[in-house]
Amino acid sequence: MNFETTIGLEVHVELKTNSKIFSPSPVQYGVDPNLNTNVIDWGYPGVLPSTNKGVVKSGIMAALALHAEVEKHPHFDRKNYFYPDNPKAYQITQKDTPDAHDGWIEIEVDGKKKKIGIEEMHIEEDAGKNTHGNKFSYVDLNRQGTPLIEIVSKPDIASPDEAYAYLEALRERILFTGISDVKMEEGSMRVDVNVSIRPYGQKEFGTKVELKNLNSFNYVRKGLAYEEKRQQRVIMSGGEIQQETRRFDETTGKTILMRVKEGADDYRYFPEPDLPALDITDAWINEINDSMPEMPASRRQRYVNEFGLKDYDAMVLTQTKEMADFFDAMIKLGADPKMASNYLQVNVNAYLNDEQKDLSETEITPENLSTMIKLIEDGTISSKMAKKVFKGITEGKEPKKFVEDNGMVQLSDPAQLQPIIDEVLSNNPQSVEDFHNGKDRAIGFLVGQIMKQTRGKANPQVVNKLLMASINK
Amino acid sequence: MSEKISKETVSHVASLAKLELTDEQLPYFTDQLGSIMGIFDSLNDVDTSNVEPTFSVTDQINVMREDVADNWGQRDALLDNAPDVSDGLIRTPTIIDESGD
Repeated sequence: MNFETTIGLEVHVELKTNSKIFSPSPVQYGVDPNLNTNVIDWGYPGVLPSTNKGVVKSGIMAALALHAEVEKHPHFDRKNYFYPDNPKAYQITQKDTPDAHDGWIEIEVDGKKKKIGIEEMHIEEDAGKNTHGNKFSYVDLNRQGTPLIEIVSKPDIASPDEAYAYLEALRERILFTGISDVKMEEGSMRVDVNVSIRPYGQKEFGTKVELKNLNSFNYVRKGLAYEEKRQQRVIMSGGEIQQETRRFDETTGKTILMRVKEGADDYRYFPEPDLPALDITDAWINEINDSMPEMPASRRQRYVNEFGLKDYDAMVLTQTKEMADFFDAMIKLGADPKMASNYLQVNVNAYLNDEQKDLSETEITPENLSTMIKLIEDGTISSKMAKKVFKGITEGKEPKKFVEDNGMVQLSDPAQLQPIIDEVLSNNPQSVEDFHNGKDRAIGFLVGQIMKQTRGKANPQVVNKLLMASINK
Repeated sequence: MSEKISKETVSHVASLAKLELTDEQLPYFTDQLGSIMGIFDSLNDVDTSNVEPTFSVTDQINVMREDVADNWGQRDALLDNAPDVSDGLIRTPTIIDESGD
């Protein structure tokens, strides 16, 4: 029997707004427990939440990035449950009228392109953090009220590789909107997975199993691959899949039963009455659309088509928005695209790796790097000198001034070079004779002498030209 | 009184609210909730077929807060009010999440 797999992904993305979704408390990580909390976050009686405009805007940006239809009249709903990480005993979310619906993103697996549908996406608040001890649990409400966007895919994903590609594409698009860091390892992106299989040709979906504890894209892929095989084994041996939640075990690569689901969850949703109605105007959507950063796929296309970069180079440059913005800024300043691409990928990336820094944490600026590239292009400095200049740039030095201050200007002026060349020629008659007798290597020796005289500053191309002209006289 | 709500429903709702009802309390609250439901039932007499659903009772539209952080500095006062505290954290009995959400 052959089976087909159906996968649905629910992705939570934590927004990096300044303040929380319904209270002005700061959104920050790594601060003292409960420092960023107020009476609203604690769910005190009589307090009123107020909607953060930045969150609504982020929701629209995400919708636009995922080609989704923005809901014009969204309202919030209460999802009721009791747990210590949630002092109000309900989470404010959007059930009836999600922020946006019917989007899609394109993925590519083994050279094949496919559109994956997005059912809906909604904005909601995160809960606090519970730590369990021996006898007690400990609650930190700093995360309570941190804005989230939950993005629910359609069940269009048919393999673990497609799931991986979908997550990559989704992460990249959200990253380029700038609304979230989307880092799995820091919890600003979290993935819940539903997976079922059915025999080919069967109309109804199989019973779906939910997977938890998938802390990287790779684990999502591995967990799904394991789960596909497990479900096939169960069905082939005459068993039935039960609706259950399983946990992925990172050490064994297997999924382990956590609990069987009995009946639907009962959250007794109802509309949130404490928040004013929203009327999302076309004017606002258009304004946001006009200021949307260019998406990575479109940048890659541009880099390849307009600048003649290789696919691989375009891919490396668009791994972060920072790098892609930096590259675009250099091009605007007139830097040669191929040189800019090379310098970013080789020198800048090596520097960032060595220093374990992000581009924004360094002194390197598009202005300075472009200036350096122009100095190389017009022959003022050699690419060997550029290494020293680059080091200067990482220390915040302006390249032109750095070159002057360090007497690094390349000697390209024939009027200055000719006397040196004449001197070297008259001091080395044997080499000149060797050259005329057909020993080409003699030229290398003569160039070496000239470079020695100029302490490496002579422009090699100009030296070559002048030397050949002089020696053939 | 006609039964507006069953004992089963009351006991289900109680368990969702993490409340334990004794055998004596269950009929007591079932009766009480039943009469409250009866009052709400009278709302069904009103014809609302031409009324738009109301999600907010204020007439404010698009009243939003700018995304500016403001720490009200209430941590210590809030922790003072918590029943049990340890190193700046709220201490509760160990409750392992059953839903996993």
